[in-house]
Amino acid sequence: MLSTLIWLPLVGAIVVAVAPATLSKLLGMGVAAATLVVGIVAAFSYQVDDGMQLTETYTWIEAFGVHYALGLDGLGLLMVLLTVALVPLVLAAEWFTADDTDGGGARAFVAWTLALESLSLAVFCATDVFLFYVVFEATLIPAYFLVGGFGRAGRGAAAMKFLMFQLAGGLVLLASVIGLYVVSAEQGEPSYLLSDLAALDIGTNAGRWLFAGFFIAFAIKAPLFPLHTWLADTTEKATPGTSVLLVCVLDKIGTFGMLRFCLGIFPEASEWATPVVITLALISIVYGALVAIGQDDVLRLIGLTSLSHFGFITLGIFAMTSQGSSGAVLYMVNHGIGTAALFLIAGYVLHRRGTTLISEMGGLEKATPVLAGLFLVAGLATLGLPGLSPFVSEFLVLVSAFDYAWYVGAIAVTGIVLAAIYVLWMYQRTMTGPTPPEVEGTTDLDVREIGAVAPLMAALLLFGFYPAPLLDVANPFTDDLLAHVGVEDDGPDVPAVDPDHEAGTEEEAH
Amino acid sequence: MPEFSKPSIEYFELLPLLIVFGAACLGVLVEAFLPRERRRIPQVLVTVGGLVAGLAATIWVATDVEEHADGAARGLVGAEGSVIVDGPTLYLWGLILVFGILGAALFAERRLEGGLSSFAGQAAALPGTEAERQAATKGLDHTEVYPLLLFAIGGMLLFPASGDLLTMFVALEVLSLPLYLLCGLARRRRLLSQEAALKYFLLGAFSSAFFLYGAALVYGYAGSVSFAGVDKAVRAGSADHGLLLAGIALLAVGLLFKVGAAPFQAWTPDVYQGAPTAVTAFMSAATKVAAFGALLRLFYVAFGAERWSWQPMLAVVAIATMLLGAVLAIVQTDVKRMLAYSAVAHTGFLLTGVIGAQGAGDLAEGQYSSLEGVLFYLTTYGFASVGAFALVTVVRDAGGEATGTAAWAGLGKRSPLVAGAFAFFLLSMAGIPLTSGFVGKWAVFTSAMSAGFWWVVLPAIVSSVIAVFFYIRHIRVMFFNEPEPGETAAVSEASLLTVGTVAVCLAATVVLGVVPGPVLDLVVGAGDFIR
Repeated sequence: MLSTLIWLPLVGAIVVAVAPATLSKLLGMGVAAATLVVGIVAAFSYQVDDGMQLTETYTWIEAFGVHYALGLDGLGLLMVLLTVALVPLVLAAEWFTADDTDGGGARAFVAWTLALESLSLAVFCATDVFLFYVVFEATLIPAYFLVGGFGRAGRGAAAMKFLMFQLAGGLVLLASVIGLYVVSAEQGEPSYLLSDLAALDIGTNAGRWLFAGFFIAFAIKAPLFPLHTWLADTTEKATPGTSVLLVCVLDKIGTFGMLRFCLGIFPEASEWATPVVITLALISIVYGALVAIGQDDVLRLIGLTSLSHFGFITLGIFAMTSQGSSGAVLYMVNHGIGTAALFLIAGYVLHRRGTTLISEMGGLEKATPVLAGLFLVAGLATLGLPGLSPFVSEFLVLVSAFDYAWYVGAIAVTGIVLAAIYVLWMYQRTMTGPTPPEVEGTTDLDVREIGAVAPLMAALLLFGFYPAPLLDVANPFTDDLLAHVGVEDDGPDVPAVDPDHEAGTEEEAH
Repeated sequence: MPEFSKPSIEYFELLPLLIVFGAACLGVLVEAFLPRERRRIPQVLVTVGGLVAGLAATIWVATDVEEHADGAARGLVGAEGSVIVDGPTLYLWGLILVFGILGAALFAERRLEGGLSSFAGQAAALPGTEAERQAATKGLDHTEVYPLLLFAIGGMLLFPASGDLLTMFVALEVLSLPLYLLCGLARRRRLLSQEAALKYFLLGAFSSAFFLYGAALVYGYAGSVSFAGVDKAVRAGSADHGLLLAGIALLAVGLLFKVGAAPFQAWTPDVYQGAPTAVTAFMSAATKVAAFGALLRLFYVAFGAERWSWQPMLAVVAIATMLLGAVLAIVQTDVKRMLAYSAVAHTGFLLTGVIGAQGAGDLAEGQYSSLEGVLFYLTTYGFASVGAFALVTVVRDAGGEATGTAAWAGLGKRSPLVAGAFAFFLLSMAGIPLTSGFVGKWAVFTSAMSAGFWWVVLPAIVSSVIAVFFYIRHIRVMFFNEPEPGETAAVSEASLLTVGTVAVCLAATVVLGVVPGPVLDLVVGAGDFIR
């Protein structure tokens, strides 16, 4: 099942690469849709409360103790579903811009996108650290060609910067992966299986060093202050579709890795590093939001809001409470949906106006009401408006932050205030105001464009009012994880925040 | 007066050596008795035939070797102790012969130069003279390159198989002298080529002297030149420890020169750039394999008990080598020089694996040894290197090979296949997963880490990051940069010889990256050196 899920898009990428260019987009869409179906089938055969499942384990490189081992838990399932859902939407949204003769052409775009999808799915399914590392690094190659081959002038340099940061992180991770092998070999036959590694007795010092390697790599990936500088450049120069794949899928690997590997293999070191990590997360939240406010480029702005959001996710993870972890997992999904919508709609604006500079826009609202309306909804989701899905996760993370320490919660809350500023101010400057004459004839969204973002909007609303499906999948995972880390939630004597009615009931329900 | 006793020679086990040297002698006879214009085809046949027969013999011997001593290794000590045919030897022989066959195919390529080989028409004609022009118009060819290649390969086979210091020295010279000559035979840019040959010869001769001096000192310490004898003396210990250390250091100088490790790397960029690219492709892979094989045997077998003395020295050399290679590669504007400095960096990575030597008891069940890691790395790097240099030969402009980086701009659009293949080799050298380079890098770094050399692995990671920069930059030039007018290279149509070589290397790089298991099993199955 999981092998089908992973290999289908990869085979599809190869087919697209050799098939005639006129068929590329249709073939690509077909493969992406088929992958989505496989993903949904996997979701239906998934049993909540059953730990790692749909597992496949084969020996891959015996001499290194490496296995081709796949499996899904709650976190993996959510990420897989997010990935398989976003890829067809991206292909639909970029249907015509992919043809741009300045770039590498639709065939290359579709093929690289499918390759990226395949490798990302492999990342989320891998239960062997070596396999994880291999696909973790391999995702960078399609991503590099997507950034460098499509988008605006200066993308070559942006792609280079992106790849250098990521590969540097990857090599730091390599040091830790090698260290794990050494530790594993000292305690018997070396093995990279996650289940074997979690049972290892890693010394305190060694554990902390190895944790540092893993964490740095994931902090670059996620990204976290001060390793975020590649993010804004990349999202500015790449096409919005590529940015969706990078920020909403690929960057999730960072926080995914923190949950699965940092907490899963090095629980002691994770707790030890909590103060530093939480400090960095808080800086990311506030700094990302402040810098976003100052941006004049919409795509750069959206990129930097993600820095702030990843700060929230990391905060939730390292607060080490069940609300925090569940909130972080939910946040990863919701951020993927909300930010994808923002990027795609910003792409529509770019396509119509030929610019992404806020200072050169304004007054779009009257000419293109649907576009403006959807942009507003996506923006409101990003700032955490109740009733839209990111609110639930943001709330859970804030509860855990206050639980950790009141000042942590207080600082994190400012991120929400700042989010309101950057979203609403951006909306005001781009959409409202008098409509300039050159904007008047702008066409509104067509059916294809609406179709590409409509599922995202539906998901934002659905999970905003009824997040139970997500929580049902996430909670057993976080319970297992926290039990492994060995922390228990504090007693109920810490209602540091006014229990919001809606989310409060949500929590009690689970 | 001692009675003369007939030396016993194990003809079967030494068959690969005998075949290659025999084919080389046959090549000399062809050169002597056939008229000039009819030599090429027989020479190519003799060369490739000899190498393939040598490879077949190697495989035959490998399936037939018996366990040695207590089963710690497989093979035998042959030729009165001067040649050791054991698992690692056979693996290295196979590797060298494969690279030799690929190199011979590149030597035989004639379509790229419009029906001429890439070697000088008449080496004795001074560059820029009437004689040179005449040689070119007559379409003269130096078919001597084929026997020279065979002699070099013969030397390379003997080098890692030698059982004593003198045999090793002889093998060193046998492999080096033909290479010096081959380097000076480029058809184009002949002055550069001749300079490269002279530089290589002078420095090589100098380093050989170091090696010989070191051999003498070690003999003074151990009273024996055979590795087994030296090992025994080292284990027994003696008062003249300084003599041994000086000997180790001088021997190391000789070998580190051959592998191109800092601070003896200075010849690498000049020679790699000046030599005909076919020669560069061959020697970048095969010389490295042979020299590392010899280095491993010398240090692991003869000085294995003294590893506390040489491990720190090699560790420092490794750090210096990889950092220097990676940093200097950044500022290169010539593809061949960039690949040369990258070769220096890879020498450093290989040395990182060499220092990971551990006693047999220190390894966990199922863990591979540093020897196996280095052998695997040599395999992966060799294929990537031959493939990359082979591709350099087909990217040309009016003046021959266009090795300037700027000329490669936009190649990804004009010839996506060639640019893609070259990018793939670069990614493999950069150690990106799903290419063979990654598995190799992982193997050597893990060996060093297991032996406690984390302070070497960290600089190795740093230099990998630096190295990634210039590899990716070249990929960016090929795919995302617009070509500057007047400075564009195009891909010339090559014959099946070059295309086949590239295809083999590409296939090996993919397969070793995705399913390295079978080759790793082969390496593990090769076992340990005979001590």
